[in-house]
Amino acid sequence: MANMVWKSFKGIPLPVTLIWIAGFSAALHFLDKSVIAFLGILSSIVLIYYTNASSKVRMLIGALVLLIIIPLVAGDNRYYMEVASQVGIYVAMALGLNIVVGFAGLLDLGYVAFFAAGAYAYAIFSTSQANQFIPGDLFPLSGEWFWPFLIVGLIVAAIFGILLGLPVLRVKGDYLAIVTLGFGEIIRIIFNNLDKPINITNGPQGITPIPQPELLGMKMGTPFHFYFIVLVVIAFIVLANFRFENSRIGRAWIAVREDELAAQSMGISLLNTKLAAFATGASFAGVVGVIFAAKQTFIDPTSFTLMESIGILVMVILGGSGSIPGVVLGAAFVTVLQVQLLKELSNFLHSLQQAGVINLPNQLDPSKFQRLIFGIMLILVALYRPNGLIPAKRKKTDLDAIRTSKLGENRLGILSRLAKGKLSQGNQS
Amino acid sequence: MLLDILPQVLVDGLTLGFMYAVVALGYTMVYGILEFINFAHGEIFMVGAFVGTEVLLITDALGALEGMNPFVALFITLLIAMAITGALGVGIERVAYRPLRGAPRLVPLISAIGVSFLLQDLVRFTEAIARNEFYLNSPILFSGSIPLGSIAAIPTKALIVIVLAIVMMISLTLFINKTKWGIAMRAVAQDQSTASLMTINVDKVIMLTFLIGSSLGGATGVLFAQNYGTIDPYIGFILGLKAFTAAVLGGIGNIRGAMVGGVLLGLLESLSGAYMGPLTGGAFGAEYKDVFAFSILILVLLFKPEGLFGEAVKEKV
Repeated sequence: MANMVWKSFKGIPLPVTLIWIAGFSAALHFLDKSVIAFLGILSSIVLIYYTNASSKVRMLIGALVLLIIIPLVAGDNRYYMEVASQVGIYVAMALGLNIVVGFAGLLDLGYVAFFAAGAYAYAIFSTSQANQFIPGDLFPLSGEWFWPFLIVGLIVAAIFGILLGLPVLRVKGDYLAIVTLGFGEIIRIIFNNLDKPINITNGPQGITPIPQPELLGMKMGTPFHFYFIVLVVIAFIVLANFRFENSRIGRAWIAVREDELAAQSMGISLLNTKLAAFATGASFAGVVGVIFAAKQTFIDPTSFTLMESIGILVMVILGGSGSIPGVVLGAAFVTVLQVQLLKELSNFLHSLQQAGVINLPNQLDPSKFQRLIFGIMLILVALYRPNGLIPAKRKKTDLDAIRTSKLGENRLGILSRLAKGKLSQGNQS
Repeated sequence: MLLDILPQVLVDGLTLGFMYAVVALGYTMVYGILEFINFAHGEIFMVGAFVGTEVLLITDALGALEGMNPFVALFITLLIAMAITGALGVGIERVAYRPLRGAPRLVPLISAIGVSFLLQDLVRFTEAIARNEFYLNSPILFSGSIPLGSIAAIPTKALIVIVLAIVMMISLTLFINKTKWGIAMRAVAQDQSTASLMTINVDKVIMLTFLIGSSLGGATGVLFAQNYGTIDPYIGFILGLKAFTAAVLGGIGNIRGAMVGGVLLGLLESLSGAYMGPLTGGAFGAEYKDVFAFSILILVLLFKPEGLFGEAVKEKV
């Protein structure tokens, strides 16, 4: 019954979405510190996705919300813009991991290593750190170099991806998960200890001050600026994701994910295909790493622990691995939960504690619930929604394509049965 | 001189190695039957360490530990820890893994990763509520050491770890080879559907596997706490990973392999920790010993994925 209702659900009527957006932006504008209003605006993106309108209209409204309404009503609030750009950073990373886990089906538990590679690439060369091992007093570089370093970070991370992938991708399935986990830890330990014999990463002290981006002499260091930088990068990554999904290599990834043996016998080179997935996913993480380093102005190895990798994995799995809107939703949800909801809850409990209402041990602070929440989410998703909140649509559209294909009848095996299904449907109508 | 510390390094390595070996048994038994990496096994080991330490702390607080024979105390602690971790293992299997049997292979793995994180935080919460901190110092039952000639000494607690680990391994081997349930386990490992046609209750056998593997892991946790003194909720993760490495090194699914792999890995790690620094002139010190262990895992998976006891893999469990 519930399923029937869901099937007949055509989407949210357009006026509802518009009223929602208008209502919450007005609320945020007038009630300056309303978290609920801010969350309402963020969630309007999900609403827009489910709105019953043509995709052009939906994209237009989405762009309007992201580019104009959010900066306009929340732009002067550093905190909201910080949360929004944080969400953006994780969305971008999750989309990168989605290529590896979602499209190619390679469970990568060391993804944060590539993020670290990008971040360190920018951090080392934009500060005086590089003088430690490159002769000549060439560094630090100015913030203008941020833009070329987006490309450098991409390339460095892609090279990292290929170098790690070459040995790692020979193992399969569960083993791959463990090996990538091991590699992620190895990279972190190396970054943590590479202050000797040559000081490259400055070890556990980390690197600071990393210059913030500059454009034509204008500093772009506020969360407001980063919001737009991240938005551009996400737009690029989403576009790349969609293009990849329907390209030759994207189909090869999905074929490898579904059945390695069958894919191989159709002439797909397993190693090359997997390497391409690894390198592509890694390169996105590298770009985001550069932005992260510039935004934080300080990085050290503690930002690149296994928890980060698992967090990004949770975003992909929760949203729906292989589904681009799903991954965006998952990343936004998990990030908002982490950086906003839990913090608010913990502030609330602290205020209660100060008023003497409850006694809260330090360890029970909700902002430390990360592992618990990730753990529960992973178990529940695995048990009840293994395809995520917004499952990938691939299979359905492909079967429809075969059904409606003119050549459907002439095909063999399962395809011919599908063609017959089409015929009988045709007779009925 | 470098060689002067060698006997001590070997003793430390053996102690560590036998712990890896027993934890590796849990991974390898489950893998042998379900072909699934029980990611949460390291956390079961950690829970065992906490249960054991809590038992000792509570007995101590009641004043009962003072006059008790340390062997009796250890025996009781092990028994309680094994019972609780065994039940925990079976419970996890029932709730988080059994519904996923037959699902795509990555799904149970994801669930297992979730269980692993959940357990870490649950233990931290419990300790935070009970003691307001999550690092515990275990009361040490055995102090003193037995001298080995004039150059090294083996601490009594380390000797106990080694002896108990050997006892556990021998009893497991006997159980699997001589008893009816052991034969049933081997049959299920070879072919589940055929075994079930032979009136073997596959679900029960899998439960039994989790029970035995988890209680062995829990017992190792107690021994770990006894040997190193301080524990925290995160000890299980890296140790579990290394025990898994040991299982792969010996040939996953193979019980003898897990034992040999564990001891070998412990020795290698101890040696690398002690000698990597001096040999490379201080450039790469003991801080790289985890890197060393993971590199072994990666190298084995690349060049000899069937492990050292490759031929025997068919025997599985």
